[in-house]
Amino acid sequence: MSANTAMAEKYRNNFLKEIEEQVEMGDWVKMCMQCGVCSGSCPTNFQSAWEHPPQELFMMIRAGKREEVLTTTSMWNCTSCYNCIVRCPRKLPITHIMHGIAEYAHRLGMAPKMQPTRFFSGLFWKNCTHTGRVNELKLSMGLYFKDGFGAGIKEGMKMKDVALGLLKAKRLNPFELLGGHKCKDQKGIQAMLKKAYEIERSRKAAKMAG
Amino acid sequence: MTEHVATNETILVVGGGISGMTAALEAAETGKNVVLVEKNPALGGRTSQLYRYFPKLCHPTCGLEINLRRLKNNPRVRVLTLAEVTGIEGSTGNYTVSVKVKPRYVNENCTACGDCGRAVETMVDDPFNYNLGQHKAAFLPNAMAYPQRYVLDPAIIGTPDADKAKAACKYGAIDLDMKEETIQVKAGAVVWATGWQPYDAAKIQPYGYGRFKNVITSVEFERLADIHGPTGGKILRPSDGKEAKNIAFIQCAGSRDENHLRHCSRICCMASLKQTHYVREKYPEDGKSTIYYIDIRAIDRFEDFYQKVQADPSVSFIKSKVAKITEDEHGNPVCWGVNTEGYKRYTTPHDLVVLAVGMEPSVKGINIPGHIVADSSGFIEADPANGAVFGAGCASNALDVNRAVQSATAAALRAIQVVNKVAKAEA
Repeated sequence: MSANTAMAEKYRNNFLKEIEEQVEMGDWVKMCMQCGVCSGSCPTNFQSAWEHPPQELFMMIRAGKREEVLTTTSMWNCTSCYNCIVRCPRKLPITHIMHGIAEYAHRLGMAPKMQPTRFFSGLFWKNCTHTGRVNELKLSMGLYFKDGFGAGIKEGMKMKDVALGLLKAKRLNPFELLGGHKCKDQKGIQAMLKKAYEIERSRKAAKMAG
Repeated sequence: MTEHVATNETILVVGGGISGMTAALEAAETGKNVVLVEKNPALGGRTSQLYRYFPKLCHPTCGLEINLRRLKNNPRVRVLTLAEVTGIEGSTGNYTVSVKVKPRYVNENCTACGDCGRAVETMVDDPFNYNLGQHKAAFLPNAMAYPQRYVLDPAIIGTPDADKAKAACKYGAIDLDMKEETIQVKAGAVVWATGWQPYDAAKIQPYGYGRFKNVITSVEFERLADIHGPTGGKILRPSDGKEAKNIAFIQCAGSRDENHLRHCSRICCMASLKQTHYVREKYPEDGKSTIYYIDIRAIDRFEDFYQKVQADPSVSFIKSKVAKITEDEHGNPVCWGVNTEGYKRYTTPHDLVVLAVGMEPSVKGINIPGHIVADSSGFIEADPANGAVFGAGCASNALDVNRAVQSATAAALRAIQVVNKVAKAEA
């Protein structure tokens, strides 16, 4: 049984309860009074990025729209500007709730795979934990080639002038592609990360079981 | 004026608005002696600053006139204007209250003929009109002021203007030697009816009150609509004097907000619904009102009032708390937000934005002399620890005129019971 089916089974028709127990800061969702000031204050909302603005997501959670909420790209568009938290008349930590829902959807394997924020987060984490240092060249190239080889070349050509400028200013080292720089204690950092993964895994397992 | 006998069978009422006047009169009409203390030079409070009140849309002058008549006919109420309570000592049935009385510089001889006003040249801000306009420094506080007597603004004392006023008076009513004094008043019980103040809208930073001239508060809008107001009853916007025909009303400006006032101020929805009537009255052809709201709380039995406004084609309702206001190149305030019915974004310019500001109890942040139990919003609680100090009207809760009067009557009854016990008339 997948994590998703297990959780859907556990909470049946009470998606709000699921969010309250599983999502960081999820217990605030019930406090929303649907005034809409969060969406109105959202800098991304006046572009077409948000399918469902925050207060709509909260209402969808209360209405039990589990599938729609967990698979939407909406909360992944949050830029953590904190405008909504500052203005919310009920003091909901909306930014944190958005990240909480996104993380939970990811944990259940429901998050949209190619959503750029999600994709980039994975890429960044892999990149920086690999050697203990961020390899910027590999990171940006990974993002360019996200939608395939052709698209990557096209994206790369678009940014050509910027790259050449960086090269000239010695802000970009093409040899980084061959491994790149590392932190000194490779073994130490891997041991640290392993321990952190263990702690996280046991905590989440306890939460999902509890 | 300030010499009078007060005993511990006297009831002291602090605040001469609709609540304080009611409490004073109800107590006096049962035969109790009352001292009514008012900070301003005239009675009436915020009620007198309204253009009309809901639900019948009659003018407050009517209700106030009845109360003033009762007051004039009742020798048991002593009215002290320009007076503030600075200290309360003692306990139930035996209080000594210190009252600071500011000089009016005009005595009982005044006939309100207005000669001093015509003689004086200095202009000062007019707080009765929320400083939207100015008036002469020798002035009658408002058209139906009680006492019907002029006041000299302290700013002109010691200047030639004060002498001009004195010279102009045919009745010897101007006394430039009046001094501030503090008097002691004995009282068995105190009714605290200091009312409310509009929440400081400048604190709601995204709405731009104070930055954008055409963003005003609901109390200021009352003055714009009033024929005695700064525009003579025309709804003109402050920036350029243009007729404001497309008006936005923003509900919960400060209320129901943990960052500002945590309580619902109760009156604002009805006040905005009422104010849409002003727009239609002044601009019957092309007036347009838009109410931005979280949910309309037409308190009490006023749902029918709301339904009638809903049926009006010149009024539209948008279910949304406005996120921010900006100003376009024509000086029009622009409302930004998301309509939560359908989750549609809007960016809508208006001629004028009226913020339905919340009610903040006047006692909040002010040191009421003596120990008073208040709730988390600062309203006085009915708590035995308060002894015989009773909250009335908007000092005790966010109330409309009708409920404030009920609350004041209740407070008067509590005060009467205390002084009856003092007089051994009640066990």
